[in-house]
Amino acid sequence: MKELINKLSKDFNITDAVYQRPSLTFVTVPKGVAISLVTDLRDYEGYSHFVMMSCVDWIEEGKFQLLYLLHNPETKTDIGVKTFIDRENAEMASAHHLWKQVWTYQRELKEAFGIDFPGSPRVDEDFVVEGWVEMPHMRRDFDTKEYSENTYFPRPGRETNDPATYMRKKLYPNEPITAKKQDNDK
Amino acid sequence: MINKFLGFEPDKEKLPSLTAKIGDDIDLSSHKYQKIWLGPNHPGVTGNMSVELWVQGNTVVKAKTHVGYLHRGFEKLIERRLFVQGFPTSIRMCVAEPDTNEYLIATCTEQLSGYDKAVPEMAKWLRMLSLEMARLQGLLRGVPGQGGTFALGLGVQWGVYLRDLILDRFEELTGARVYHMYIIPGGVRGLLPDGFKERMEDNLRDIDDFIIRIRRLMFHNSVFKKRAKGLAIVTPEMVDKYGIVGTTARGCGVKRDVRKDDPYLHYEQLDFDPPTDTDGDVYARTWVRWQELIQTVDLIRQIMAKMPDKGDIKTPMPNVLHWKIPKGETYVRLESGRGEYGMYYVTDGSDKPRRVNLRGPSYTHAIALLEDLLVGADVADVHGIMVSLQTCPPEIER
Repeated sequence: MKELINKLSKDFNITDAVYQRPSLTFVTVPKGVAISLVTDLRDYEGYSHFVMMSCVDWIEEGKFQLLYLLHNPETKTDIGVKTFIDRENAEMASAHHLWKQVWTYQRELKEAFGIDFPGSPRVDEDFVVEGWVEMPHMRRDFDTKEYSENTYFPRPGRETNDPATYMRKKLYPNEPITAKKQDNDK
Repeated sequence: MINKFLGFEPDKEKLPSLTAKIGDDIDLSSHKYQKIWLGPNHPGVTGNMSVELWVQGNTVVKAKTHVGYLHRGFEKLIERRLFVQGFPTSIRMCVAEPDTNEYLIATCTEQLSGYDKAVPEMAKWLRMLSLEMARLQGLLRGVPGQGGTFALGLGVQWGVYLRDLILDRFEELTGARVYHMYIIPGGVRGLLPDGFKERMEDNLRDIDDFIIRIRRLMFHNSVFKKRAKGLAIVTPEMVDKYGIVGTTARGCGVKRDVRKDDPYLHYEQLDFDPPTDTDGDVYARTWVRWQELIQTVDLIRQIMAKMPDKGDIKTPMPNVLHWKIPKGETYVRLESGRGEYGMYYVTDGSDKPRRVNLRGPSYTHAIALLEDLLVGADVADVHGIMVSLQTCPPEIER
């Protein structure tokens, strides 16, 4: 695997390579060459099976990490091609022309993270959250708890009780709950 | 379908050609086409998904898969929970074979925290047994279920009964019937109960009988043959193009099986050869799964014969309430009953995962592949095609 990575480094400006295990390597490349590298791996290195496409939100750095995971059925090895794109106005070149299922991943990433893939078929169609108007739900700054509380609470019968405090109230209804006891409950 | 059965081909000369431009410009106001929805609440649909069909007469000219009826945001929920809290959530990402999720998330956390080499031998055998039992109960539903899509309901009743017996074994092994939480970080939760192997062997003998009976019921049945032969053909060229895996790939002669290609646990110690066929149609895929049923029964017998009688089942792990995993990422895969099933797992040094992304076969089989295979199919065969691709909506909308 190291030989292949060294060979690819000459043409594709690989900035980082992590050998997770003998059959799995992650490489990082600039945004502009990611699709070229993925194409090269498919056409010349035998990585013909597109395993998946994924995204990680590194909100602290203001970046999205895109991953294209490819598998070589002959050598039984995987390469994860990673690239980082800005969170603001996130956009990436489409890879839908390389494999038939890629547009589905890109459509989901548009909905879940707000990353645009211009030219990708049906990229603007709703995927799993039809009619969603909030910020893309898989971004780190989307607070699921706050959203639930704002959307679904208060509702009769949906009160939440801390188990320890609730039991104390039930068992010792006349005993005042002090701040110390509350801390102990937590 | 009925026309195919009777050998009658209607005169379609006056209808617009099916090879005419189809796609987004289908003009429903022309009254030459009709749009119908199959699902989400339909007994023939595999779970909570629907297919939007544009049909001309009985022939599908365009299809769109719709998911989202089941979305519970599991991946997002796991990101907000401690590593161990992700387990009960993750197993619900695939209802058909929940144990596969347990294995993936346990292995990902073990690899990233450096405990993967410490998993005891006994635990590996028990993990393998649990995964093969999961495959078996899935096949007991899936193989006769294919006949069910062509109105052959009897086999489904046989299969569901036998599946329940396997769930009985799961119940005594894990305490639960469907969601087991048996495979945990560092090992498994318990040893085999006394007499488990004997009771399992009784069940396997019943399943041996079922395998013969289901062969006669389905594969010797002219209706099943006529409907399944030549239907929704997947060619070897399509396998990489669409990301096809598992029995769907093996049904057209492409032998891909993670248990052989990238052996995990102790699969390299088992004697088996993944079955294949060459035709690539619904019949071939079902035939491969029928053979896999035989093979799974055999694998369970091999595992029970080769596994040690006792041993450690769990390596000591950090306190799960304060467990932090160093920054890293990995991808772990296994061979589920539907094909390659994997998980991309990213940690950032905190006590919660940064990202968890499941890769299920249905993501490609039920959308890109299904939508293309349905074009030109008879509307009555849509369920059969959908089931033959083993679509499972929960793994699409994790």
